[in-house]
Amino acid sequence: MPPLEIPREKWIGRVNEVTLGGNGRREIKIGGESTLPFLHFDGSIPNRPVVAIEVQDREPLDWPPHLVSAWGEALRHPQTWAKKAVEFGADIIVLRLRSAHPEEGDTGASEARESVDRVLSAVDLPIIVLGPEVTEKDNEVLVAAAEVARGQRIGLGNCVEKNYRTIAASCMANGHIAIASTPIEINIAKQLNILLCDIGLKPDTIIMDPTTGALGYGIEYTCSVMERLRLAALGGESMTAMPMLSDVGNEVWRQKEARFTEGVPPSWGDHLERSIIWEEMTATTLLGAGADIVVLRHPRSVEIVKGTIEKLMVRV
Amino acid sequence: MALTGIEIYKNYLPKTNCRECGFPTCLAFAIKLAQREVDPSLCPYLSEEARQALEAQARPPIRLITIGSERPIEVGGEVVMFRHEKTFYHQPGIMVRIRDTEPPETVLGIIDQVANYSVERVGLELGLDGFAIENTSGDSTTFIRCIELARSKTDMPLVIMSNNPTAMNKALEVASQGRPLIYAATRDNLDDMVGLSLNYHCPLAVYGPGGLEGLSELVERATGAGVEDIVLDPGARGFAESLTTLTQLRRLALKRNLLGYPIITFPGEGSETIEEEALLAGQQVARYAGIIVLDHFSPALVYPLLTLRLNIYTDPQRPIQMTPGLYTIGSPRQDSPLCVTTNFSLTYFSIAGELESSGFPSWLLVCDTEGLSVLTSWAAGKFDAEKIVKMLKEFSVSSSISHRSLIIPGHVAVLRGELEEELPDWRIMVGPREAVDIGGYLKRNWRGDLS
Ligand code: B12
Ligand code: SF4
Repeated sequence: MPPLEIPREKWIGRVNEVTLGGNGRREIKIGGESTLPFLHFDGSIPNRPVVAIEVQDREPLDWPPHLVSAWGEALRHPQTWAKKAVEFGADIIVLRLRSAHPEEGDTGASEARESVDRVLSAVDLPIIVLGPEVTEKDNEVLVAAAEVARGQRIGLGNCVEKNYRTIAASCMANGHIAIASTPIEINIAKQLNILLCDIGLKPDTIIMDPTTGALGYGIEYTCSVMERLRLAALGGESMTAMPMLSDVGNEVWRQKEARFTEGVPPSWGDHLERSIIWEEMTATTLLGAGADIVVLRHPRSVEIVKGTIEKLMVRV
Repeated sequence: MALTGIEIYKNYLPKTNCRECGFPTCLAFAIKLAQREVDPSLCPYLSEEARQALEAQARPPIRLITIGSERPIEVGGEVVMFRHEKTFYHQPGIMVRIRDTEPPETVLGIIDQVANYSVERVGLELGLDGFAIENTSGDSTTFIRCIELARSKTDMPLVIMSNNPTAMNKALEVASQGRPLIYAATRDNLDDMVGLSLNYHCPLAVYGPGGLEGLSELVERATGAGVEDIVLDPGARGFAESLTTLTQLRRLALKRNLLGYPIITFPGEGSETIEEEALLAGQQVARYAGIIVLDHFSPALVYPLLTLRLNIYTDPQRPIQMTPGLYTIGSPRQDSPLCVTTNFSLTYFSIAGELESSGFPSWLLVCDTEGLSVLTSWAAGKFDAEKIVKMLKEFSVSSSISHRSLIIPGHVAVLRGELEEELPDWRIMVGPREAVDIGGYLKRNWRGDLS
């Protein structure tokens, strides 16, 4: 019998390698792979995908009690929260400036500066700062964050079609990374990357966030868009070759499956177990579709998802 | 590898252009055959060899296999690597393993829980698919007793697991009418297991760990002896092994027409905790398993897994959607609340479910947004004031209710102004963003007398 020849993909493209951190801050490299997720036999994966932990600039009021109790007092201040996140194994800290949202405090540049500064001084991990997803406010607080963190290569998002000029300028002026966010559409994602590069951002200073749908709430769309973006990148389409970030915790913990103990069918099972695996399974599924960074909330999911990545990084 | 139209034309068709197949030329027919759009039997003049070759060509590259008889499941039949290329057709069967060393009460308990487990999502009842009964004891009497016990309780499909052909034979004597999957033919027992599969007309799992060449050799022996319905177990257990091996098998099937059979996995054997087992099973749902045998049953872990399976196996071209219309939740009266939403099933069932448990019988106007969610359809211009007004008219909503209050989803609060303009005699109420908060919202804001 002739030997069985395993069909291999001869990819011509490679995901850009992006460095976060530096200048005294711990550095981390993401991306760089020349193969589909964890398929070591087709190409190389120089950097393992990483787990970021989300920290908010003020105590979250809409988290379910068991998520709150997993963190305890630490949630009171972004700096104590961030320190705890390091203990829980974060590779990156994602600081969400939530209080800047017009309906959740409407804080501005000075508060943002202070929160970012506190987190930067509390931990030496690479940092990503996310705005409240309201364009004008994003501009205000992200520009402030960029200045405080000058030279430390933090990530700045949401950089969207409406405000990309401001965010890109701020990234270039202060040496940061843009988190380019688009609504689950491959052409829009590509288009935003093109716009960013056209005005001068280097391709290796962009990370894409193609928008996350949680398990049961659009994950299939997200998976397919991420798979298509990654296939395009490996096929040589350089404007889709940015590493990808999935904002998992933010989506998952809004859903009923994660939030509710009561008033749900018994077939949903134990609430604690269900809510955590909801986050874990969303994360591992998206890692399988090409995520390079997953942003999580529950310490247990961080541990389990990191363990899973570890297992998938073993060449077999 | 798939044949091209020209190859089919040159090598297999009579080239007489007699038109009996319904196509003007043999070549035209060949092109349709290559695209798997027509059945080769339409041409009455095929040689036996041509017929066989063309039938093989017409089959999906991964064989579709039926397991079970009363409530059979079909697995395999896939044609793509990624769901966006077409769709994934046959969702993997998810089963639970029962070891015959468990005491009968435990066995009955598990069967009861698994067989009766059902969870509703987007109006569909999701559940598990069967049991794998394993001859862990090594004793055939214990094995048969366990199988009989299972069969007395459930008509769900079974996988019967034993490496011992004698025990397997006895098991099939009592269970073969249920068309169980025989697990497994191995290097040591292959000829006997092949014999049993042929005798009892049951599908056969082939276990070949340690490399696909070994597996392929065993499969070739089985098919050579006449077995057609085969399920593969390449023995890859952990996260990395499973992903690599199952991907390679899918590629071999699609690109080389080799080893085109569904794959059975045992995520419990590749993980340390039951949480990890569920995550590995999730990976296998997304990456190419045909049957997944769990070692543990826990609703909190099975529910997300079934949800993932539903998501991944949804046709990317067609969101699961509702027929637009005016729906009743409970038995609403003329003065009950009226809410509006879109016809994406997930959206409809989110809000309908919450209205149902809110204690307020209600009217729910479901707009035709081509199956898109609230924000998506709003962003796409398919859910706006004009559309809502059109739907109100089309479904004569005014004649069902006595009041003129309309509750819109909080996410599209921006529609309020436009709606107030278009519907001057109506009160437009902005509901909460998330469906779960509708009950509280109605308690605070819905006063029939004021509406
Ligand atoms: C999956 C998805 C898609 C899928 C479509 C899925 C579908 N069938 O609808 C696809 C990939 C096709 C898609 C496409 C687009 N999308 Co889209 N999509 C999403 C995603 C990830 C999830 C949406 C979802 O399914 N939610 C779950 C359902 C159940 O939510 P829902 O319908 O809102 O219902 C909830 C509430 O509204 C409430 N509710 C429902 N009815 C009612 C009724 C009342 C009375 C009340 C009180 C409450 C209520 O209950 C539900 C649960 O709480 C979101 C982002 C996100 N993470 O949420 C983006 C998102 C909605 N999409 C967005 C956009 C812009 C688009 C596109 C326009 C992009 C583009 N230019 O191509 C297209 C438009 C489609 C088209 N051109 O045909 C944006 C919208 C931005 C905005 N605020 O305007 C979002 C928010 C992403 C983002 N952050 O930018 N999308
Ligand atoms: S029926 Fe057969 S021989 Fe006749 S035209 Fe069709 S393919 Fe050719």
